[in-house]
Amino acid sequence: MSTDTLAHDDHHDHGPEKGLKRWLFTTNHKDIGTLYLLFSLLMFFVGGAMAMVIRAELYQPGLQFVDPAFFNQMTTMHALIMIFGAVMPAFVGLANWMLPMMVGAPDMALPRMNNWSFWILPFAFAILLSTLFMPGGAPAGGWTMYPPLVLQLGDAFPFLIFSVHMMGASSIMGAINIIVTIMNMRAPGMSLLKMPLFPWTWLITAYLLIAVMPVLAGAVTMLLTDQFFGTSFFSAAGGGDPVMFQHIFWFFGHPEVYIMILPAFGIVSEVIPTFARKKLFGYEAMVYATASIAFLSFIVWAHHMFTVGMPLSGQLFFMISTMLIAVPTGVKVFNWVATMWRGAMTFETPMLFALAFLFLFTIGGFSGLMLAIVPADFQYHDSYFVVAHFHYVLVPGAVFAIMCAVYYWLPKWTGHMYNETLGKWHFWLSAVFVNVTFFPQHFLGLAGMPRRIPDYSTQFADFNWVSSVGAFCFGISQLLFAYIVISCIRGGAKATDRVWEGSHGLEWTLPSPAPYHSFEEAPEVH
Amino acid sequence: MSSGFLKWPVQAVLTALLLGQSPSASAEWALNMPPGVTDISLEIYKLHMLIFYICVAIAVAVFGAMIYSIFQHRKSRGVEPAKFEGSTKVEIVWTSIPFVILIAMAIPSARALIQIEDTRAPDMTVKVTGYQWKWQYEYLDEGISFYSNLAIDSNLARQVKSGIDPNSVDNYLLDVDNPLVVPVGQKVRILLTANDVIHAWWVPELGGKKDAIPGFINEMWFRVNEPGTYRGQCAELCGKDHGFMPIVVVALEDAEYKSWVSEQTSATAPSGAADSAGNVQPAVDVSRDYSVAELLEAGEKSYITHCSACHMINGAGMPPAFPGLAGSGLSVGDLAAHIDIVLNGKPGTAMVAYGSQLNDLEIASIITYERNAWGNDTGDVVQPAEIRAQR
Repeated sequence: MSTDTLAHDDHHDHGPEKGLKRWLFTTNHKDIGTLYLLFSLLMFFVGGAMAMVIRAELYQPGLQFVDPAFFNQMTTMHALIMIFGAVMPAFVGLANWMLPMMVGAPDMALPRMNNWSFWILPFAFAILLSTLFMPGGAPAGGWTMYPPLVLQLGDAFPFLIFSVHMMGASSIMGAINIIVTIMNMRAPGMSLLKMPLFPWTWLITAYLLIAVMPVLAGAVTMLLTDQFFGTSFFSAAGGGDPVMFQHIFWFFGHPEVYIMILPAFGIVSEVIPTFARKKLFGYEAMVYATASIAFLSFIVWAHHMFTVGMPLSGQLFFMISTMLIAVPTGVKVFNWVATMWRGAMTFETPMLFALAFLFLFTIGGFSGLMLAIVPADFQYHDSYFVVAHFHYVLVPGAVFAIMCAVYYWLPKWTGHMYNETLGKWHFWLSAVFVNVTFFPQHFLGLAGMPRRIPDYSTQFADFNWVSSVGAFCFGISQLLFAYIVISCIRGGAKATDRVWEGSHGLEWTLPSPAPYHSFEEAPEVH
Repeated sequence: MSSGFLKWPVQAVLTALLLGQSPSASAEWALNMPPGVTDISLEIYKLHMLIFYICVAIAVAVFGAMIYSIFQHRKSRGVEPAKFEGSTKVEIVWTSIPFVILIAMAIPSARALIQIEDTRAPDMTVKVTGYQWKWQYEYLDEGISFYSNLAIDSNLARQVKSGIDPNSVDNYLLDVDNPLVVPVGQKVRILLTANDVIHAWWVPELGGKKDAIPGFINEMWFRVNEPGTYRGQCAELCGKDHGFMPIVVVALEDAEYKSWVSEQTSATAPSGAADSAGNVQPAVDVSRDYSVAELLEAGEKSYITHCSACHMINGAGMPPAFPGLAGSGLSVGDLAAHIDIVLNGKPGTAMVAYGSQLNDLEIASIITYERNAWGNDTGDVVQPAEIRAQR
């Protein structure tokens, strides 16, 4: 079947255009996927450079390099760029590349909108990054944009709001495209419960995006009207409430957390069975667990704000609903372990990243469970314990899953094998230094170091030093990742169609590199 | 850390060994939450350890299974992959067990929470107001009120490239000019609010934190069991100097506390509060003429404490938000307007009215300093009496 498809492809003049026009006007899911992934890689290094500034200043007590105002710009911009510029576009890029190939479709359902949803992003981030050069500096009130602090921002304020709107519009269009593709373009015979986990988790994620991105847009628009049009949604002086912003923001913000992790669950659920040479344990339980997590994500938001002075009943509700998330998340972890159990595992780079994800994301889950305990949260809240927690779920969680996916599918995309030795080096350096960077931050938080401070008391010096050294090494190790990816695009050993011995699913029935149009004739799924 | 790189690994190993023997051996390399000095903080500490050990137990089971599997079920050992792909029974088991553990965990947590939120029947109440970037403490029954700023030696050392080694400063960034003084054994209720943006009041050893929100009042309480000095920081990002508004609470035995209160109430000037050594600043004698040297010396200190966060120690400011004072603007212009803006602030900007925060001598010396420092050679000398007259 796949050879037929390829033969058809050769008859038509459906190859890519040449030069810049190919990338500007492309409606091809693979081209757009590539654009998303390269953009995400660029933003990963921009946001990473900011993290290096942060860790350099925190290397020892005292202010050596930057003033506190610029430090706050770095923490704020680092978060905005990593969340909206690196992690989210990387997952959308993976979805673009893989969804049509995994559900047996020729392309995404809405190709022109696909082009637009990508090309908004470079402009959104050009605007956001340009604020660094504006009078009053870049946003410095935290990525959470809490009023009244965010309203003290200088000329950058409307640009911040506008760029967030653009990112939101891009995400919503990406999500619509994914839902329409999955709902309408699956191969004959592929019922929803026969669909692989990666499309499943993305389908659920896409609904989360559509549900919460408009909420963020509403929240930042209210900030805008408070600042320029005399409203007082968030000002007590005019009968508003600054805490209302936090409620609205986190009603977006918590599902957003799962937007950044559910596709990672999908990736790991593809990779572990491949390298364990065994089917995913409890497929249906995995789907239901993902859906439960998505549902729960809408009713836990106030656990980000236990210290704002909520009524006791509110605190109890959000504590219990938050603890409940541990149940479906636990189910997922147990199922992955059961998938490994009595398999015949090999440990190529994607598998190593998947296993590190499993270990380290679980550690982030444990600290999340601790944070759910309201009385204990009164101590943890806004301390470095929280910084350690969310970096554990985002870096060895989401980012490792993205790297896992890149190593896993890169041979299919390029037709070349990446350098396995260098891949293993990249893995071990990343896995060691991510822990050197973030594990000591648990101790700092417990010992009383608040987050978002540019300088600290000398009692925190030792672990900050360790964390900074880890961060520099982690940062440098990522250059290796860029090198491996670029050299794999340029050449390397020829990849087979199946690539991995234990690979399963429709994408491996296509040749490597995958043809410009995926399935021109729908494959049959039994 | 300044002692060099080579020494560090040795120090690390030694400290790790020491910590293994006694967890409280050293404040540096601290690994865990302090149990604190209140019943609540101890309660929180116990909950923290309980949930931590539950996590450790689950981790041992899950990671143990993973590690065993990674070593046993690998292709290089020649194993054949098993064929099983699911079991409803197993799914039910590992859904219900965590559920039961969580409910068991929720019960003591809820009990502690109810205790924490019970702010009824306090022995005394202090209203705490967060400002960018200092705290104000008002003892509602005793009529005592004062501001609490970052201590001056920390403030000098924390300037960018100050050249002052933070290790040479006692309690670097965790020391203030006027600490909050409370009696031990009494239920102290804290009413929290803020003047500008959201802050959060956190002293780890007293157990937990709460946000100070402009336009709203939050409540928390503590009862300190042991006399001592307890240090904390603002925990909610509140702008440029968020890292530089520490909190110091001094808990005194009842008799000492009473004598502190009577000293405070006898000192009538707005900032006639005690410094951390317990010395009360004398009331201002406005009839006296102060010497230029006296005013400049006091002015420099007060300027660093109250003004330098925005206008910078060198008077350069941070335009456009915070104007520079060196060689420009009111500092070299109209004296009456200069006094007016310091006393009454400038609405719509971060410049607050210092008339209610500082006494006549402090304002007079700050203005004298500003008009003569950084090459502002106006030669103007302002006496406290002039400030009193313009209030």
